[in-house]
Amino acid sequence: MSGTSSETRTSPRRWRRPPMIADARKRWALYIAIVAYLLWATASIEIDIPRLIEGLDRAREFFAAALTPDFVSRWSDIWTGFIESLTMTAVATSVGVALSIPIGLGAASNLAIRPVYLICRTILAVTRAFHEIILAILFVAMFGFGPFAGVVTLIVSTIGFLGKLIAEDIEAINWDTVEAIEATGASWWQKVIYAVTPQVIPRFIGLSLYRLDINFRESAIIGIVGAGGIGATLTTAFQRYEFESVSAILILIIGTVYAFEYVSGAIRRRVL
Amino acid sequence: MPVEQREDTVVWRRRDKRQAVIHWFVTLGIAAVVLWCFKLIADDTTWEFVWSAPEQGADLAIRMFLPEWFVDIPQLWRDGELWVHVAEYFRQRGLYAMELWDPLVDTIHIATLGTVLGVMIASPLAFLAARNTTPSTTFVRPIALALLVTSRSVNSLIWALLLVVIIGPGMLAGIIAIALRSVGFCGKLLYEAIEEIDENTRDAVKSTGASGMQVLTFGVIPQIAPAFAGISIYRWDINIREATILGLVGAGGIGMALQSAIDTLAWGQVSVIFLAILATVVLSEWVSAKARAAVT
Amino acid sequence: MLVIEGLLKRYPDGFEALKGVDVTIEDGELVALIGPSGAGKSTLIRCVNRLVEPTEGTIELNELELTTLNRAGLRRARRRMAMIFQNYALVERLTVMENVLSGRLGSVGFFKSLFRRFPQDDVDNAFALLEKVGLEGLHDRRADALSGGQQQRVGIARALMQDPDILLVDEPTASLDPRTARQVMGLLADLCEEHGLAAIINIHDVPLARDYTDRILGLKAGELVFDGPPEELTDDVLPEIYGGEDWSKEPSEDDEEEEDIRSSGQFLAEEVL
Repeated sequence: MSGTSSETRTSPRRWRRPPMIADARKRWALYIAIVAYLLWATASIEIDIPRLIEGLDRAREFFAAALTPDFVSRWSDIWTGFIESLTMTAVATSVGVALSIPIGLGAASNLAIRPVYLICRTILAVTRAFHEIILAILFVAMFGFGPFAGVVTLIVSTIGFLGKLIAEDIEAINWDTVEAIEATGASWWQKVIYAVTPQVIPRFIGLSLYRLDINFRESAIIGIVGAGGIGATLTTAFQRYEFESVSAILILIIGTVYAFEYVSGAIRRRVL
Repeated sequence: MPVEQREDTVVWRRRDKRQAVIHWFVTLGIAAVVLWCFKLIADDTTWEFVWSAPEQGADLAIRMFLPEWFVDIPQLWRDGELWVHVAEYFRQRGLYAMELWDPLVDTIHIATLGTVLGVMIASPLAFLAARNTTPSTTFVRPIALALLVTSRSVNSLIWALLLVVIIGPGMLAGIIAIALRSVGFCGKLLYEAIEEIDENTRDAVKSTGASGMQVLTFGVIPQIAPAFAGISIYRWDINIREATILGLVGAGGIGMALQSAIDTLAWGQVSVIFLAILATVVLSEWVSAKARAAVT
Repeated sequence: MLVIEGLLKRYPDGFEALKGVDVTIEDGELVALIGPSGAGKSTLIRCVNRLVEPTEGTIELNELELTTLNRAGLRRARRRMAMIFQNYALVERLTVMENVLSGRLGSVGFFKSLFRRFPQDDVDNAFALLEKVGLEGLHDRRADALSGGQQQRVGIARALMQDPDILLVDEPTASLDPRTARQVMGLLADLCEEHGLAAIINIHDVPLARDYTDRILGLKAGELVFDGPPEELTDDVLPEIYGGEDWSKEPSEDDEEEEDIRSSGQFLAEEVL
């Protein structure tokens, strides 16, 4: 091979990998901007060294506690909170899924008439804009402390999440099938049931199971602002520095998420 | 398809008898559990509060968006002082909005630095977790997967609670909390992307006699680069939202302002904060959509 | 010289893809490997560079036993055997040049390759090869922006970049249209002759195999059932390899165009421009 290269070589041809941004000035400006931003952002972190050193002890304490979770001393609180989280999850997911179907249908541009489409899209945009915790603060202020406010929070965010994804799925379906069903003289509802539903149902089930999982995880934090569930127990345990109980609660949460993931995986394999 | 013979006609059913019975029982069982959950929640609810919710909601809206003097509007109008009050109202909110600038910038810093840190931890974990790049499927892969699931199961707010206790309140706790939560999310999507790469290309690089690291940098990374960038930007967008509330537990950003406004029942300030958050979220969503379109 | 003896590959599910294959390939010999899908053609060539680990048997390349090599030894040995793939297997998001230079990965250190600091000799060589396969001037294009035939040419250039002793070619034409397939086979044959390379070309298309190779191996259900020059691969023999179809009814290949396609390098220009 080396022989051929010396024959054809007239002058050495340099080769450099072509850069992603051809204009060198723009490229360097971008690099400098990124570095400058990272420096600025990092510099704005106020680091309190004595507090960090103090934190080392706490960290050690916490890791020790993580290995020796204490389910016993706060068991009744933990159990009540856990069951409350589970019930909130079940109620919010079932209601949220049920409500997200009509809104999702309404927000699909290929099925809904214009005014319905706009109303549903607005509902989705508003429900998605705020974090669950912020919704929970508002609902707690309206409905008072307790799981009801939490359930409403989770229902609203479930609608925002599922409604948008369903609408996008429906907009992406194979339209030939719908036309084929339409050609048999089917009504709008028959069209939805025979042509649209079969195309979106597997993913819809998958997404609902995923949302069940998310709702449980969220139910563990909205308690921090008083909306019921295991989050309240968790916050109390943190405030009292009862790391053993904290670790017990975290293990319970992680274990449940694992279980959900396993079960939903099994269901998905059966359904899809 | 189950087809049964009934007398002399053939009947088609969606499910055969056994399937139908099982299906019916499962459905009934789930419905019963859900109904029981409804009852538990209903028992735990103080219904008077719920019935008064519209009132409370209206009251809240008034406190958030209307000035205290709004009942006196006709009086003020007659006195010709209304415009003074209106100007004062907007001046105060404007001043408060300016106060929010620093916490808002902090919020964006928390989200960005947290995402960068999270992605930095997630990428090596993803390679260890992907079936086709892991050094060992029996030992390393399960550990990597367990770490990813653990990170994902714990909400960033819980990580923040923990970190505020350990390293003290402030941005640092927020950044690390965001990072720890992002590891699971990015790691999962990344290792799925790695498992979907074209193995032929990887074999081609391998068959040149390339070393393990060279196979990774030539055969694998170019294939996942767009997914990698897309995932990071997507998570950054989510993290902006998350960062807005971390302050509620003391982990820096605009949530701290929200917490103190709520504690002092200053609903007028709360409404300004909500608008600020809304603007930031909408902006970040737009930036992320643009950026993702540019990289993929 | 490549000597394969008693090569057997058993997959974990018990399926035997190769049931003891013995074959010797001389230096510079152009060998076609034909046989029905699932006969073990791909497995055979992948066993040679151990992308698939053989279960039993020995493979010697120039008296070096390949099956027992450790990782470093295998890397060194792989430099001597270049592979060309059916789906081109280019790194699609990298440029043509990076793909061609990736043939040198076995000889370049990690950090040099990471920052694309390949030796100038390699770069010169890559330019020369790109010219030879008819892709002059396309070195900064992204690989996935090329047509199928062009991508396969990049694959060929990458393989030659390794300066190998033998080419392992897996279905080089299966993803190409008939005309491009002929061009690519012609190019392969020319380059092998020019560089004195041996090659095992695993191919579905019997007429192409007959036209361009010196020797044909027929593989059926993991066993070698034919080994001989193209002339001996008559229509009576084919059913033995492919099963009971009547091969005499195979429409004869259109030979008119073939001569000028094979003889000139100019044909490439059309597709490139």
